Amino acid sequence: MTLIPEFQAHRVFVEPWTTELGSHGLMALVTFLVGVTCGLIGNFLILRRMALVGDAISHSVLPGIAVAFLITGSRGIGAMVLGAMVAAWLTHGLIELISRHSRLKQDAAIGIAFSTLFAIGVVLIAIFADKVDLDQDCVLNGELPMIPLEPPVRLGGWVLGPPPLLRLVGVLVVSLVLLVTFYKELLITSFDPGLAACLGIRVGAIHHGLMLWLAMVVVASFEAVGAILVIALLILPGATASLLTDRMVPRLAWTTVHAALSAISGMHLSVALDCSPAGATVVAGAGWFCVVWLLSPTEGLIPRAWCLRRGSVDSRLRSPELRQRNESP
Amino acid sequence: MSAAPLGDSTQPFGRRTGSGQRLMGMGLRWAVLFTSAFTAQAAKIGDLTQTRWTEQAWRFVTLSDPVVRYACLGTLLLGISCGLLGSFLVVRRMALLGDALSHAVLPGVALGFLWNLEKDPLAIFIGALLAGLAGSATVSILTRTTRLKEDTALGMVLASFFGLGLCLMSMFQRLPTGNKSGIETFLFGQAAALGPGDIQVMGAVTLVVVGLLGLGYKEFLLVSFDPGFARVLALPTVWFERLLVMLLAFAVVSALQAVGVVLVSAMLIIPAATASLLTDRFHRMLVWSSCLGMISGLSGAFLSFLGTRLPTGPFMVLSASLLFALALLFSPRQGIVPRWYRQRSQRVRIERENTLKAIYQVLESDGFASETITVAALTARRRLALAAVEAEIRSLVAVEFATASGDRVALTPSGWQRACAIVRNHRLWELYLTHAAQIAPDHVHDDAEKIEHVLGEAMVRELERRLPRIDTDPHGRPIPSLPASMAGAHLGAGGAGDRPVGYGGRS
Repeated sequence: MTLIPEFQAHRVFVEPWTTELGSHGLMALVTFLVGVTCGLIGNFLILRRMALVGDAISHSVLPGIAVAFLITGSRGIGAMVLGAMVAAWLTHGLIELISRHSRLKQDAAIGIAFSTLFAIGVVLIAIFADKVDLDQDCVLNGELPMIPLEPPVRLGGWVLGPPPLLRLVGVLVVSLVLLVTFYKELLITSFDPGLAACLGIRVGAIHHGLMLWLAMVVVASFEAVGAILVIALLILPGATASLLTDRMVPRLAWTTVHAALSAISGMHLSVALDCSPAGATVVAGAGWFCVVWLLSPTEGLIPRAWCLRRGSVDSRLRSPELRQRNESP
Repeated sequence: MSAAPLGDSTQPFGRRTGSGQRLMGMGLRWAVLFTSAFTAQAAKIGDLTQTRWTEQAWRFVTLSDPVVRYACLGTLLLGISCGLLGSFLVVRRMALLGDALSHAVLPGVALGFLWNLEKDPLAIFIGALLAGLAGSATVSILTRTTRLKEDTALGMVLASFFGLGLCLMSMFQRLPTGNKSGIETFLFGQAAALGPGDIQVMGAVTLVVVGLLGLGYKEFLLVSFDPGFARVLALPTVWFERLLVMLLAFAVVSALQAVGVVLVSAMLIIPAATASLLTDRFHRMLVWSSCLGMISGLSGAFLSFLGTRLPTGPFMVLSASLLFALALLFSPRQGIVPRWYRQRSQRVRIERENTLKAIYQVLESDGFASETITVAALTARRRLALAAVEAEIRSLVAVEFATASGDRVALTPSGWQRACAIVRNHRLWELYLTHAAQIAPDHVHDDAEKIEHVLGEAMVRELERRLPRIDTDPHGRPIPSLPASMAGAHLGAGGAGDRPVGYGGRS
């Protein structure tokens, strides 16, 4: 067996959409759903410079999930979400406690809080390995390949799909509802907390709500892509979109496009290389980010370098002598 | 893949020993102490599944077998290098760079494995180092050329490199040798899988880190605390920062095998953060931090050795977090509990002094005609509830500043002296503000109300010297001097009462 399997165009590009639609197509759909759900909230995290709080929470939901497993003995979504939310709350509280009551700054507080909780989670899983239906591998890699194997839910003769898919759809719907309902508040508190407070928006409540929303999104995605790759799907789509446009609504639209592109190309990549689908999705997402980084009309490296070399129209318009000439006809 | 028992890795262990001996030949001979262990076929932790934890603990404590010795030595070295470099990260507020760097090395680890399809410590070290440096370079390029903020750039690099690493690892595990190589231990760490080659790499890294930091200590300190001043002195700050990132990558990479990719950053941050709670001086922080790193490393190795298939990294991190929690709560100067206690005792003292002052003022209002005052008068003066005033009187009686009989209160000599001192502090300060700072007399009371409790003796003497006359305050009331007999009795200096003696309100 070689490291890189022989490239077969038919197997890589056609089969996932025909014979393998039930497995590879489904996996692409799941990663797309994860990407959109994470990307929507990720945009706000990036704006608030809380990308690494997202990182922290995606690590620290682990002990919450593990404890929920140990208590209920099942993988009920309710217990998992509850456990993860408690853990997210705890992380947030620990970060606040450490950064407020000691001389340590927020970065160190984040690092301490999430690594401690993550370590507790890994230890719980390692000690109760036979009781917890999770292993250390799943924590990192997710169980994307397992999802198509789960028995689908049926409702009155309709095959709806495997339970994780339905959960993700549910979380996406909830996220969209939250986004539409609180769009104005989220936008104002992200850009100008002072103004938001003046307008009577409860900045603290929105912040805590965002944390809980993040916990819910992370739990639902955790199962599919694992703890660490969630952070990629939280940040990459939003970061890519932020290089393409300045407006929030187009940014959310680009986020969706990025999620779809990385889900599909990631799936093909994982088929071609026969590697971890979650990892391949992240690599594809990072690849699309690099493409945008190079080529984006306003922010891209190549257009900017080109403009600098030619002396861009924009900079010439702004040059002092031109302005003087225009003012004195 | 985590299901692959560690016992499986006994087979490649022989090969690993071979590569270790090659490395020995390369001149890193400082681990000669352990050469005898090279020939002994080391028992892996997986062979020990049937033993009880007490026996395991005994084996660990007596250092009877080479696995334990390697694990201990490795975790000690790791504690030193991570503790030293982590201190720089914590004081420079770059803690999360450590996190990003430690995740970003994963593709390098995988490529190192691919180099010759076995666990060659040197190949892994070089691969991981390159990946780590590429990761930190990407972060700095991203923040310079795009509008993305540093946290976003760190998160992106961390997760994308990690994703790439997972892809490579999953490809690698399809190979026939892949499952037996022990690459999984890099994710969560397994100190018991450390071999002589690893120890040599770790030892060399620790030497380099300690040596370079020792040589350039002054420069590193300056660049970390005051980069502007360092630039003024024409130090190449950029190069020192690059060197620091390089050393950081060294430390992260050498610690991988024992702690695991995911939690290395915690071993960088937590001991250093704990140390920063214990001391204010940077060189002491370095020492504390490496000691704490070693302690948590050893206890993590010990705990994970007790069970089977327990990863080392999380236990190390938990030990470090426990130490951190203790320091956060009980550190003498920074700890939450001592600080809370100090604040509380200060609050009690200020309340007590305010009551003494109120008693003085009540006595003053009838021209010191009687020795005692009524509780009702005191309550009116303090503007507090009766129960609160009674509680304060009880606390004064408890420290023998006052005596209470029925509804009347009298000051003891020491209480009288303290009351005089407080009122004197207050009025001197009012006088100083109106006299020296030209503040209107009706604006000085609030300020004096706060400062009367913290004026030290030296400050009071300075005020006495600077003010031309100190008999009445701006509101026309006399400034008490300490009664001669009492001042003599309490300050122990004969004749001290001839001139006004002030002293601070500290209890």
